This record gives sequence, C-alpha cells and structure tokens, in this order.
Amino acid sequence: MSNTDQYDVASIRNDFPILGEKIHGKPLVYLDNAASSQHPAQVINAVKELYESGYSNIHRGVHQLSQDATKAYENGRSAVRGFINADCMHEVVFTSGTTESINLVAQSYARPRLQKGDEILITHMEHHSNIVPWQIVCEQTGAELKVVPISDRGELEMDRFAELLNERTALVSVTQVSNALGTVNPVAEIIEAAHALGVPVLVDGAQAVPHIPVDVQALDCDFYAFSGHKLYGPTGIGVLYGKEKLLNAMPPYQGGGDMILSVSFDGTTYNTLPYKFEAGTPNIAGVVGLGAAIEYVQKTGLGAIAAHEYGLLEYATSELKQIDGLRIIGEADHKAGLISFVLDQVHPHDIGTMLDAEGVAIRTGHHCAQPVMERYKIPATARASFGMYNTLQEIDVLVEAIHKTIGMFS
Amino acid sequence: MDNLRELYQEVILDHNKNPRNFRAMENPDGFAHGANPLCGDQIDVYLNLKDGVVEDVSFDGHGCAICTSSASMMTIELKGKTEAEALALFESFHHALTDDEPHPNDVPLGKLKVLTGVKEFPVRVKCATLAWHTFDAALKKVQGDISTE
Repeated sequence: MSNTDQYDVASIRNDFPILGEKIHGKPLVYLDNAASSQHPAQVINAVKELYESGYSNIHRGVHQLSQDATKAYENGRSAVRGFINADCMHEVVFTSGTTESINLVAQSYARPRLQKGDEILITHMEHHSNIVPWQIVCEQTGAELKVVPISDRGELEMDRFAELLNERTALVSVTQVSNALGTVNPVAEIIEAAHALGVPVLVDGAQAVPHIPVDVQALDCDFYAFSGHKLYGPTGIGVLYGKEKLLNAMPPYQGGGDMILSVSFDGTTYNTLPYKFEAGTPNIAGVVGLGAAIEYVQKTGLGAIAAHEYGLLEYATSELKQIDGLRIIGEADHKAGLISFVLDQVHPHDIGTMLDAEGVAIRTGHHCAQPVMERYKIPATARASFGMYNTLQEIDVLVEAIHKTIGMFS
Repeated sequence: MDNLRELYQEVILDHNKNPRNFRAMENPDGFAHGANPLCGDQIDVYLNLKDGVVEDVSFDGHGCAICTSSASMMTIELKGKTEAEALALFESFHHALTDDEPHPNDVPLGKLKVLTGVKEFPVRVKCATLAWHTFDAALKKVQGDISTE
C-alpha cells in the first residue's frame, strides 16, 4: 500500500462525475477500464466549451471561430506530440482509433510494398485489430502472417521471436500491453532486434498509453498507434505516430477534403504531413477532448499513475489468488493493471452478471483476442482492469462479490 | 445479489450443475453447432426423429449457467413432441423472453417458465435461446455452424 499513500485518489475521483453513480443501488465500482475508461470533468468541459463557444470547421476558414477551432485542434496535436515525445507535430496523424491507425499502416505502408513470400510478424496475444488488418493485406498481396507464440504464463517466447524474425519479414506489429492478459511486452528489445535486420515495427499502444510513459523516440518504433477513449478521452479519436520518412513515402489512405493541396480532373496534389492522412472533416471535438485528457493525465503524472495501478494490481492479485477455484490467466512477470480470471464453478458470463448486481463493472468474454482464449483452452475470461481512479477498497468489493458469486453457484 | 435469484433460480442452478441429456449422439438424424461469439458459448445439439416425433435429443459443449440450463431443460421438454409442437414451443419460448405481450398462438411453456426471468436481462437472452436456435438448425438438418448474431 505504501506506494499509493502519496497519491490523492480521492481528489482524482472527484474529477470523474460518473464515479458518483449508483448501479442497482450500489456505488459504481468501475473495473472495465481496458475496454474504455471514464472521463474527468476537465475533458467533458473542454468538449462542452468547444461546442458552446469555440466550434467551427477547421483549416482554411477566414472567420474567427474557424481560426479558434483550428488552433484548438492543432493544440491537441501538440499535446499528443509532447505526450509520446514525437520529434515533430506532423508525425502525429489523427485517426478514429487504434484500429484505423493499424489499418492505415497495413494498407498504405505494407500493401504497396508486400510481395508474395514476404512475412508480417505478429504475436499470439494480439487484439483482433492487430490481426485482421494483416490477414487482409496478406490476402491482397500473397504475403504470409507469422505468429510469435506465448508461454503458459502469458509471456512472448522471445527465442521463437528471434527465430521467426528473418530476411523475409517485412514488418513486425506487436502490442505493448496485452488487453487479455495484462502482459507488458519487451517492445524495446523487439524493435532493436527487428531494426538489426532493417525491419520496421508498429507498436499497438492502445492498452499501454494509460499506464506506461511512452517515448516513441527512445523506443525508436516506426509506428505507434493508440486510442483516446482508453486514456480518459472521447471515443472516435485515435493517433497514428509514424516516422516522417516512412509517412512521407506512403500514399494517402483515403481521399477527400483536407488531404489535398490542389485537385483538378487531370490529377491531384496531396497535402503534406500529417494532413495527407486526415481526409474529410476530422473529429475536432475528439481532438480537443483528447488534448484535455492528456493534460489531465500529465498533471498527475504517468509515473505516479503507474505506481498507483501497480499497487492495485499487486493487492488484487494476492487477494484473488486466495479464492478457492479462481485461476488467473496471464501471470507474466511484468504486467499492467488488469487481471483476467476464471472460476472453476462459474462461467465468466455469469460472473459478469453477478458482479454487476453488486455495482462492479467488469468485462467478460474473449476480449477480442480469441487466439488467446484458444491458447489457454478457455471459452472466455472475466477481466478486471484498473484505472487511475480505482482504490484498494474497490478491490475489496470485487473480492467480496466474487465470494458471493461462488456461494450462489456452489 | 438477491434480485438475481429471479434469474438464477434453484432449478436453473441445478440444471447447470447436472445438465440432463448432456451427451453426444453416435449417428443423429440431425446435428447442429451453435455459438455465441460474444461470450464464447458453444453447443452441439443432436437429434433423432421417428415418424415426425422427437425421439431423442441431447447436447454437449460449454456455456454459461443460463445457456447450459436452458439447453438441459429444452432436451427434457422436446422429447416426444412432434416437429410442429417443438417449433411452436421454440417460438413461444422466444416470445416470452423478448416480447411484452404474449402472441395469440403461444403454447404453454410448462417447466420452461422458470427461464423467463431472463427477459429482465436483455444481454442474456441470447444465452437462453442459443440451444433452441441450434435445435432449430438441427431439426432442419442444416449442417454446419449457426450463430445467434
């Protein structure tokens, strides 16, 4: 508990209006942060203020509101740049989320380059959104998808990674934190090994950015993808970071407004980075909300948040392990704040309904990671995932609710 | 959790723990696989018909308590029913879980009534109806996967 003493979780909780809600008459215990996190008033207000007093379409508008909205939008980009320490603003491309970011790289970077016999290397613990875009591009090009296996504990088998990485590998795409297991992967090591063979690496940071300070230059990753809505920001907004050299060499992902410099029926000149990849009117309010979310997270500090969540993870792990018939799926040495588990007697779906009755929101199912479920020969898990506002007392409520569940089903 | 007693009644919990007719069949007349991709429920339903009457029906696989107990109770109710009676029961059961008003042609649900508490939990309706959809597919001797999606 010591590392949570300095952390003012009560004041953080006060910033999140939804945490005062009651669910079935019980105080909400929100442990579904890996699916989507809640929003502090600072984010809600930033979006509200934009719509109330600062909204217009951005870019090319000569009127005041358009200039204000453009500034707010680009301030959001600046916040993201600082947050992940990108070298420059135009390496930050706004997308609808991690899924679109990965699809963009698959179609704009990989597809034109891939040839029959080339390989894309992913891992067994990827979210479906870091599997299917590669399956699609492999189908389109004749390239092959290779998968790094995972151990019983839920860690990547790094010796197998070293064997699978070869001169045919065109790209490595790997999650930094597993959404189903909580495993934190050694992405720096992976990037270093891939670069030694000249292979670029995309890091899926959807589950990482709310929990781990990320520095894309220190990592030296070629692409980094994440979403706003797991980072206390709005849905429908995400980021693709890409190294300037790579992004410049890629054709646009979609055609439309804002991604062009000039259009005629003889041909079109594409806009410069990052606008080349931002076709159509973007999610202006989403960017403003994301900027506010980043500012909010930075105020507390990701280091402090990570330490707080680690305290929750350690406490929850030791408490859950004492429950007879409960098995934790994913026991990597290095985990972020989520625990997948199954009960001998109770199906995860029933656990979810029982916990809900106690006000405890968790996720149950395959977590869009069916290969992980298959790997551990389970149909589904129950998953409790922690955020910056969760408390040790909430873990106690979770544990008590699990005991009640077992009591009812035994 | 007391309000969940309506959902997880003793009878349901008992069928979940000790599902009846929980076995594969060697050479069934009808067979279908049903899956609920949302929660990972997977069941196989096996069916033997004789002169248009359900002679034997069984299931195996894995699912949540609602799915398993519904499948178990279904097998008991279906035995001895004609195809038409079986389908009428399926439709009536489905109505009871999804519609506020009974339909004019609905037949009595008998012991299946205990499952109608699921109506108050809309996300669980698919759990309760998966076995029935799968039976329906088996009855039509449709081979291969069906989905409740």
